[in-house]
Formats: sequence, structure tokens, C-alpha cells
Amino acid sequence: MFDLDPLLLLQTAPILLKGMLITLKITVAAVVLGMFSGTLLAVARVSPILPLRWLSALYVNCFRSIPLVMVLMWFYLIVPQMLARFFNLSPLTDIRLISAITAFTMFEAAYYAEIIRAGLGSIPRGQTQAALALGMTLPQALRLVLLPQAFRAMAPLLLTQGIILFQDTALVYILGLGDFFRTAVTIGKTNGYEPAMILFAGLIYFGICYAASRLVDSLKRALAEQKRAS
Amino acid sequence: MHWGLFFEQAPFGGVQYYQWLLRGFAVTVELSVCAWVVAFLAGSVFGIMRTLPHRAFRAAGGFYVAVFRNIPLIAQFFVWYLVVPELLPGSLGRDLKAMDPEIQFFILAVACLGLFTGGRICEQVRSGIQAQSRGQLSAGLALGLTLPQCYRHVIMPNAYRIIMPPMTSEILNMIKNSAVASTIGVIDLSAQANRLLEYSARPYESFIAITLAYVTLNFTVMFLMRLLERKIRVPGSTGGRHV
Amino acid sequence: MIYINKISKWYGHFQVLNNCSAGIKKGEVVVVCGPSGSGKSTLIKTVNGLEPVQAGEIIVDNTVVTDRRTDMAGLRARVGMVFQHFELFPHLSVMQNLVLPQRKVLKRSREEAEEKAMGLLQRVGMQEHAGRHPGQLSGGQQQRAAIARALCMDPVAMLFDEPTSALDPEMIKEVLTVMVTLAYEGMTMIVVTHEMGFARQVAHRILFMDEGRIVEDTPKDIFFKTPQTLRAVDFLSKIIH
Repeated sequence: MFDLDPLLLLQTAPILLKGMLITLKITVAAVVLGMFSGTLLAVARVSPILPLRWLSALYVNCFRSIPLVMVLMWFYLIVPQMLARFFNLSPLTDIRLISAITAFTMFEAAYYAEIIRAGLGSIPRGQTQAALALGMTLPQALRLVLLPQAFRAMAPLLLTQGIILFQDTALVYILGLGDFFRTAVTIGKTNGYEPAMILFAGLIYFGICYAASRLVDSLKRALAEQKRAS
Repeated sequence: MHWGLFFEQAPFGGVQYYQWLLRGFAVTVELSVCAWVVAFLAGSVFGIMRTLPHRAFRAAGGFYVAVFRNIPLIAQFFVWYLVVPELLPGSLGRDLKAMDPEIQFFILAVACLGLFTGGRICEQVRSGIQAQSRGQLSAGLALGLTLPQCYRHVIMPNAYRIIMPPMTSEILNMIKNSAVASTIGVIDLSAQANRLLEYSARPYESFIAITLAYVTLNFTVMFLMRLLERKIRVPGSTGGRHV
Repeated sequence: MIYINKISKWYGHFQVLNNCSAGIKKGEVVVVCGPSGSGKSTLIKTVNGLEPVQAGEIIVDNTVVTDRRTDMAGLRARVGMVFQHFELFPHLSVMQNLVLPQRKVLKRSREEAEEKAMGLLQRVGMQEHAGRHPGQLSGGQQQRAAIARALCMDPVAMLFDEPTSALDPEMIKEVLTVMVTLAYEGMTMIVVTHEMGFARQVAHRILFMDEGRIVEDTPKDIFFKTPQTLRAVDFLSKIIH
């Protein structure tokens, strides 16, 4: 049951690639949007405005205590009903990709926010004071001095989070969305090769993630080297 | 909102809806506790191996981490569900397949979630060991303790103290990840959410209740871990590491 | 009691120990000094096998350290070692630090181990701090406790690896006092240190090391009055003001 017909792989390669494209679409969209909203959340978390800090903390802690599976279900089963009623969408519109991207963005934003907040926290207080002493406003200090340093210090963690996100996108399986994993499983099911196809999919994920994490490791070493040199 | 829903009769099983919720909660807790035992043991063993002088041990530890951290959890669940029972030696595979499906899925889910989380714990354990100065090991050896004795009495007690905070977040992550087990048929909290939605047609109440159940579980664990952290704190130290 | 015979050691291509030989008799106090990076710490750690050597032979109390078949734990239990950074176990109280190795290595009973520990804590003036944890103690107190811990094992010899160089100046004396007493009691000691006052007071011989070699092995009086090598003259002029 584990032998896989190479011809089958060849025949289904275009569909698998299409699935991989969806996987990558979700990953890239969620990384970009999630990092952007995560930065806003992190800045809100350190802002002098108390309600802003509270809201940000509430958001982050909420999303960090709910399973991703539940978030996906919320955005697939519950929120669309609300939106459909609101915008008068036809129930036939395929909102799965949009739901998935929204869910991953909102979920990842909470995680990115925590990483960036830790990055901001790792910068010595003197940097803020120096920027303010030069006449910068607090937003200027954040944009020009603090955030660039935070991103640099946290680059390995941000990238690792991206790798985790790439793996997590396979969960869109529960939405019935044809990403790489779902496509592989479906091909396996229809051709009676299910276990083999799952192992094949796992191998592909492994290859990509392992290579990516090795890159992150070398980046980490390079950053450490740089720090020692300065 | 109609919260009375949970005290209405469920369509089958002769129970009320809230009992579905409780059953799901119990399954999630059971799964998490069992998987944590597996994760802690596997993570500790492989984490220690990654710090040993022998190259073969270190390579084995590295292999474990690489495999379990670089494949999506849902794919790992599918492998355990579809592939592993076929690979088990004859009688063991047959015994497993002959089991009540509910128990069979639960066992597979424990193994999967446990070993997956173990990959993360392994890295924590390794960093906890390496955060201590080499002098600690030298001091233990110089007193005549054997290497296993050094790990048992000197290195590990401090390593676990050092990694308490990241371990707590790994436990929380694991509880959240346990929801993926619903994809191979474990009827946990998240699976109950789907059932509730399907049968009661009350999406908001169902989902809010389930979400709150997860939040409650998370806060309970956080609270307990903080108690534990305080209990094992070493006098005169901030986190167990000496200066 | 301790024979070091033509030992050499490399880290990769870098040779840390180069054909070093020395002998230490029972009851002798030998001070090892030399510039940093000269291999003193490595040399002392080869004596109880914490640092393996690639060539040469070391014999301690009739046990061949460099033999693969030697029970290293048994040997180390008979040779006490004191570290630069104390290395008390931070999760254990001072008393537990002294009791643990006695019970696990020497298989003493709890009562016996505690009695022994209390006696030694008294000797180093630490009896009041028996219940405290290392993090609650000053550096000098930690080092005295660490010396007591090593003495608990009834060692036949003691190795000191820069025992005072991590201490604030005002704490150095309390540790040296303990070491001086030990020397006068006839303990066999190898001490890596820059404390030349200590060397003058109790050392019998001085080993001066440079670039992995033992370049001088002379009685203390000769070393301080008429050093044999230029490197030693240079070293002494820098360290004694």
C-alpha cells in the first residue's frame, strides 16, 4: 500500500502545484498582513494611552488562548453568515480562501505582536531617551529608531514564526479548501494511495521547512557574529 | 442569544447539550494530560541526548527534532491515523485496529500530539541544560558523581527551573494544538463545537461556549504553572540560575 | 603522590600543554602560576581527568588517571577540587550541597553525611549558613562552602583552580585563611593562583608556566629571589607592585 505510482505523481503534478500555490498565497498574505497588524498591536501595547494598551492586550491574549482550529471555524462558519447578511452576498460565493486568509492574519497578528513587543523590550531605554532628546516625537522615535532595531533583533523569530505559519496553513483542510495538503490527500483517496500520498506530502513539507529553518539558523549565527564584532 | 439552549435535550444519547460540552472538555483535558506525559519524557530524553558527548546521541536527538518540527501537525495526525497502524508488527497492529475506535483514535492522538510537542520540549530542555555553565558539570564530576548522577542531581533540576516559563507556553500551545485531533475523529471540545452547531443550529451560543471553555482551560494551566514556579523557586535567585 | 609525566594536549591544532612533567609529594603545597592562557587551569584539570590528555601519563595515589579503564568517578572522589566560580549547586542549600556527593558517591548515611558536613562547615566558619542557598551568599561565603564540600569527601589531595580570582578584594582574605590552615594541617595541594602572598606563606614549590610548558619548577625561595627565566622575571615584575 506504500508503493506510489510515479506516473500518478507526474499526472497529478499540475494539481499539486496549484494546491501549493494556494498554500503559498495564504502564507504570504498572512505573513505580510499579520506582521503589519502585529506591529500596530505591539506599538499600541507600549503606547502611553492606557485604553489602547488594554485593547491590544485583550486582543493578543484572546487570540493566543484559542486554538487555530477554532479560529478557522469561526471565520468560516460564523463570521461569513454575519457578513453575508450584512453585504447581501449570495450564499454561493466561495469565501473559503478569504476566510482562511482573514483567520490566519488575525491569529498570526497576535503572535507577531508578542515577538515585536519582546523586540522593543530588548532595546535599552537609553535609545528612546536619546531619540527624544534629539527632538523626535514618540512616533518618529518608534518608526526611525526603535522598530528597525526590534525587527533586526527579532528577525530569526519572525522568520521561524513564518515557517510555523506555513505548516499551520495545512489546517485549511477542515474548510475543504484545496491547498497542497488537501489536494495530496484527495489524490491519494481517489487513487487508493492515501497513506503513500500523505507521506509524500509530509516529505515535501519537511524538505521546505527544514531548508528554511537551516537558513534561519545561519541568519541567527550571522546576526550573533555581527553583534560580537560591534 | 439563547443560553437556555444548553439545558435542552440533545437529539440523542438522552443527555442535555451542556453534557456534550462537558464530555468534550473532559476529552480535551485527558488528551492534553496524556500527551504532556509523552512530550515531557520524549523531550527530556532527546533533549539530554543532544547535549551528550557522544556524536551518535546528538545526531539522534537532532533527527528527532528535525522530523517532528518540520511537518505540519495535521499531516502528522494523518500519518499516525493511516500509516502507523499498518507499520506496527503483526499482532500489535491487529490489536490496535480491533479496539473500540474511540479508544484507538485517542491512543494515536496521544502519541502524535505527545511526540510533536516533544520536539519543542526537546529544544527547551537542551537550551536549559546549555544555559548552565560548564563548571557545574565539572564540579559534579570532580566530586566523583557519574555523568548520569550529574544530570539527575545537578543539571536537570536547574534546567527544568530555567525553562519553566517557556514550558508553560508550550503546554498552552499543546492544549490548543490538541484541537487538531478532531480531524482524525477524536470527539474533543472543538469537535463538539461542530456537533452543537449542526444539531442545535445556534452558532453563536455554541461557539462562544466552546471558546470560553478553551480560555478557561488556558487560564487554569497558567495559574497552576505560576503556583508551581513559585513553589520550586530557589531562595536567593530570580529564575534558578546562579550568577 | 601525584606524578605528571610528559603530558601533552591539543585543542585542534593549538597545543595547550607541551610535554609537562612534575611530581608532588604527600603533604606538599605547590603553587602554579603564569600568564593567562599559559595552560595552568588545563594542567590542574588533567590531574583529576576533567581534561583528557593526548600524550603522557598521570598517576594519582597509585591510580593511573590516563588509563581508559580507570574508574574516574572513584578517583575524583578522592581528589578534591575548588573552582574559580565556586560551582555550588544553586538549587540545593549549603548543607544539601555537602550531603549530596557523600550520599551518592561514598554511600554514607544521611546522619553520617550531615554530621561530617556540619563539622566542616564549622571549620570554614559557615555553620550559620548551612540552611541557606548559594544565591543568598556572598562570593567568599560560597567559596568557603565549596571548599567544605570538597573536604567532605576526605580527599587525599586538593586542587584549587584560581579560587580567589572571581572574588571582590575584601573577600579574598577569608578564603585564603581557610586555605592556609589547610596547608599547615598537611594537606597535599596544587593551587593555581596569582596570590603571591599566599605562595610566599605556605607554598613549598612554584611551577611557572608559559605557553603550555612548565618553564620553572623551583622551591619558593629561589623562585622569588632569583627566578631562572626572563619570562618569570617579567611576570613577577607585573604581578608584584
